[in-house]
Amino acid sequence: MNEQQGPSANGVRSNPISLNIEFSGGLEILFSNQRDHRIQLPAKDSSGEPANIMFLVHYLCENLMKDRRKDLFLLHGGIRPGILVLINDADWELEGEEEYLVQDGDIILFVSTLHGG
Amino acid sequence: MGTSLEAENEALKRRISELEAELANRSNHTEAASQQSHPPPPNIANEREVTLSLEEYKRYGRQMILPEIGIEGQMSLKRSRVLIVGAGGLGCPAAAYLAGAGVGTLGIIDHDTVENSNLHRQIIHSTSRVGVPKVVSAITYLRDLNPHPNYVPHVEPLTTENALQIMAGYDLVLDCTDHPAIRYLINDVAVIMNIPIVSASALRTDGQLVVLNNPPSVGPCYRCIWPRPPPAESVVGCGEGGILGPVVGLMGVMQAIEAIKIITKNPVQEVGRTTMTLFAAYGASPFRCLKMRGRKAGCIACGSPERMEEKITRESIEDGRMDYVAFCGGRAGVRVLEGGERISVTEYKKVVDSGVEHLLLDVRDKTQFGICQLEGSLNVPYSEFESSKYEDSEAEAIKSKFEDQPKDRPVYVICRLGNDSQIVTRQLKQAGVFPGDRVFDIKGGIAEWARSGVAGEFPEY
Ligand SMILES: [Zn+2]
Repeated sequence: MNEQQGPSANGVRSNPISLNIEFSGGLEILFSNQRDHRIQLPAKDSSGEPANIMFLVHYLCENLMKDRRKDLFLLHGGIRPGILVLINDADWELEGEEEYLVQDGDIILFVSTLHGG
Repeated sequence: MGTSLEAENEALKRRISELEAELANRSNHTEAASQQSHPPPPNIANEREVTLSLEEYKRYGRQMILPEIGIEGQMSLKRSRVLIVGAGGLGCPAAAYLAGAGVGTLGIIDHDTVENSNLHRQIIHSTSRVGVPKVVSAITYLRDLNPHPNYVPHVEPLTTENALQIMAGYDLVLDCTDHPAIRYLINDVAVIMNIPIVSASALRTDGQLVVLNNPPSVGPCYRCIWPRPPPAESVVGCGEGGILGPVVGLMGVMQAIEAIKIITKNPVQEVGRTTMTLFAAYGASPFRCLKMRGRKAGCIACGSPERMEEKITRESIEDGRMDYVAFCGGRAGVRVLEGGERISVTEYKKVVDSGVEHLLLDVRDKTQFGICQLEGSLNVPYSEFESSKYEDSEAEAIKSKFEDQPKDRPVYVICRLGNDSQIVTRQLKQAGVFPGDRVFDIKGGIAEWARSGVAGEFPEY
């Protein structure tokens, strides 16, 4: 765990961000078979930048994902093709994709696209 | 009871004559005006003349009296030509409801035949039609349900060679297929033909539904949302992953609803934004509605890509430049072993009968192992071998699973179909778990053991 609890530039401690993380379409299998998770995300990444979606994704991969098949979630440094990212039930494209700065209370949903019929 | 039914009947008759009067009135003088206020999508061929028989007024009365449908909606349904791609778990209920609703032309394309393992979810097929082409079986049921529609059978797979020609005859397509390669093909052709797509999918206890290219050249297409296909190894079908019948049935029923909405044109919905409905039967809140992105300007199917040579066209599909199977990393049957490393189920039966001490290793998952297993077998699921690849030492991780097993006996590896067992056989040999290298794969797995009947009756699933 690398909670960044130290003082920030203006001397105010940055509290971790509370997030609801949800998995659907079989992705939950990679996360202890649990669809809903509540997590506390450090407010800033290791270089002091505010936490965005890509920071969250790497954080989940390292801290929440017990399954070792990391490339079923993260491939070539990005989200694996076939997985949709929804920020408060809206496609992340509508919110700025990887750059979106996560907010306290956000619901971030990862959906693996299904193909069966 | 009797009187309330009669009253209802009377009320319906009155409503029908009101609607007939309304229709006659409109066709007399206001047709042009009403069309101006809600222009139909270009491809729904509203000019085709249709009439309803008295039997049809009665048959469709319960839906015609809905303000969302009315006589105009019913006429639009009768004029519409809908193609259902895939007569499986999604296509069956979708076809039944669209036929029942009075769609004028209903085409169904599928190259498979009915199997008994389809019937828990593909509910318009039947036990007596096992072995019959699905399209023929489906139309047999549909004709009995409603003889009025024109049913068009296409007993063949949808391919780059026939897709443009077949889809040209329809105003709307329902994607009821089971593989990304064909989903991309349907998308690309539908975009070229200007027809909306109602797409659904399901696996295990989850389902997904999205309406694409609606209205044509406004709403996003499949490639806008999924520009890159998933890695082939992450694609799981219903045969491997399993599927709860009513889950896929629900998604098919919802496709029929979306199709009716598009055909009867509710102008309110035509804003070019689409939503995706997620269903999770075992989720805390089973239904979820997600706002999806709009059309992507640089989409290679529906937009103007920066490199115009990437743009998908009628020609690039027809001349075979678009290889959908390769694009999706088509998975060929697994073949990792040499002939001498594999034995048939008959040969394995001889091993059992001879009483030779051996280890039978079954690598199916625990649920499948629980359904049926061969006597004396040891269950170590394939997923454990998979995850050992991520350990610091794959060999040590695998060895630790067999610590308390004697190492001097021959080992036979079995799975459901004979793919996973080959990979595990190779891993066991490479890790040197059993000195002497007497590790063999059983060809065709449990399925072949059952089918061949070498050991009498054995369940096939
Ligand atoms: Zn597109």
